[in-house]
Order: sequence, then C-alpha cells, then structure tokens
Amino acid sequence: MNIDKKITDDLVANNVSFVTTVPCKQLAGVIDEIDARKEIFHIPSNKEDEGMGLCAGAFMGGKRPAIIMQNTAIGVTINTLATLIQYYRMPLPMLISYRGELREPVACQVEMAVHTKALLAEMKIPTYHFHHQSDVEEFDAILKYTFMCNKPVAILTDANFWGGYGDQ
Amino acid sequence: MIRSEILKEIAPIIRDQLVVCNIGLPSQELHMIDDQPTNFYMLGTMGLSSSIGLGLALAQDKTVISIDGDGSVLTNLGTLPTIANNVADNYILLIIDNGSYGSTGDQPTYAGKKTSLTAVAKACGCENVIEVQDKDLGPVLQGAIDSKKMTVIVCKCDSGNIKLPVITMDPVVIRDRFMKAVSA
Repeated sequence: MNIDKKITDDLVANNVSFVTTVPCKQLAGVIDEIDARKEIFHIPSNKEDEGMGLCAGAFMGGKRPAIIMQNTAIGVTINTLATLIQYYRMPLPMLISYRGELREPVACQVEMAVHTKALLAEMKIPTYHFHHQSDVEEFDAILKYTFMCNKPVAILTDANFWGGYGDQ
Repeated sequence: MIRSEILKEIAPIIRDQLVVCNIGLPSQELHMIDDQPTNFYMLGTMGLSSSIGLGLALAQDKTVISIDGDGSVLTNLGTLPTIANNVADNYILLIIDNGSYGSTGDQPTYAGKKTSLTAVAKACGCENVIEVQDKDLGPVLQGAIDSKKMTVIVCKCDSGNIKLPVITMDPVVIRDRFMKAVSA
C-alpha cells in the first residue's frame, strides 16, 4: 500500500481542499502527493500557528482545511489551538509526524515526544496514533469525525508507520 | 491621528467588505464604531489576523481586509512571505502602524524604531505595498479595494488609545454570524 497516496485520496474524498504544511522528513512523500493534486490548494506555512490561522480563514471561507506538521509544533501552537481553533469551534485535522518515537535516530526529538500525548490530552484534543501501516485505514473515519464534531483532531504518525528512516 | 480615529474614518469604506480585525483594542474599537456581521473579531491569538484573512481570501471571491497592527505583524513576520507567494487579488492587509503595542500600554515596537514594515513587505516579495500617513488612508484604501490587486497598506499614525469595553459576544456567535455573511 502507498500510504502517501491513501492519505491524499482520503483527504480528497472528504472534500478537504485547503492544506497547509510545515515539512518533516517523514512527511515529504505525502506533501509531494498533496502538492501534485489539483483538487487540493497547498499552501506551505513558515510556522504552524500561522498555518492554523490560514486554515481558520479557509474554513470560514467555506473550504475544509487540514494541517500537516511535526509534533514539535504542538509546543508552538497551544495558544492558537485554545484561543482560535477551539474557542471559535473550528474543525482541523492535524496530520502529525510523531518524531522521537521508536526507530528515531535524533535524540533531541525524544524531548518533545515525551510531552506530545500529555499536551494533547491536557488540551482535550482527540488523538489517534498510527504505528502500523494498516492503521491508515482509520484515516477516512477520523476525517469524518473531525468535521462532524468541529474540533481539532490529532493523528500522530510515527517512524514505524512510515517505514523507518532508511540508512540513518 | 490615533487608531480609533482612523477606524472611524474608514468605517464607511470597509463596512460592506469582509474584515478580519486584530485582537484587543482594534476589535473593540471597530465593534463600538460600526459593528457588522461582515466583521470577524479576534478575541485572542495575537499575530494571526493577516493569516486568517489570507486563508479566507484564498477560499472565496469576496474582498477581504485584514486589519493588523505593527506589533502583531512583528509577532508573525513569516506571514509576509506567505502573502507574497500566494497572491490573492481580493486580499488587502492594512497594517495600522503606530509604533507601539497599544493594547498592552503603548510599549514601543521595533517598527517605531529602525524597522520599516513597508521595506520588509517589499523585501518579502509583496508587489503592491503602499505606505501612507493616517489622514490620507481613506482614498488609498478605497483605491486598493477598487484595484482588485492584492495590496499591503502600512498606515503610519500616532499611538494612543480610548477607553472602551471588551467584546462580550460569544466567539461561536461571532464566527457563525461572520460565516453567514461570507456565504450570503
């Protein structure tokens, strides 16, 4: 299964047409796939809170948005999640590269990984963790759930899900 | 002129446009001067007025004006390259540049010192950047709306605030009312 294509197909099938991204090595394939799809307007952002602002505007303009980012961004976006996305009750699927988990080669990434789920739980953000490739089967249902309940929803995707880091 | 005087002067120009208004006193002033369903008031999240406005402009065809401040743009300086590289000709970023953080007690910003947001916006690749003095803003803003070209306006003015109450409208009501105006 090509998970980059499956994720993008599910976004398109759920009418998600505005996607902002801050890159991560693990996410490179899915970002390329999104960028190539004419059904999706892809707008890279310089920082994840900026990206959430873009998504909030796109949602109010009638588009279904999504953000793709690394889990380090949870540290950047707590205020935006609380005072914009949650306060105004907006839906926002967050496809998150879960760095610092099993098969991680960069020690510093573990420092935010140990806080990631605790911060999401504290924020009462529904959180799903994709560890095996087959977990991607739930992505379609998670998108439907997000736009049903008008909340930010986190999908953490770890190195094992993406197939590791190759030679690193 | 101070920001509230500027907002009073441009209220008739912006009242039929979609407006995303910056957190704090700017939103409170606009709410008091001319509350409209076409106004989206930010109650928190300093710095994101320009980003919300750009996302909105890219998602639909109506003209969108983001009212921002120099301090808020400095908080989210990455917004200017994103605006420059994703041209939406229905988008106007109006930066009320009073050289201070007005809502928190008029502490000076770097835009009031050596940093020119006009030069920064141009260096980021924004094509139509106009710096204007407060008293001349009206015709420039109307011209930007009529031009149907993405425009960044930096309006230089005095710092200073008026006393006024906070916005007590529920955020979901603000958002719902605004979305109905967007799709009307």
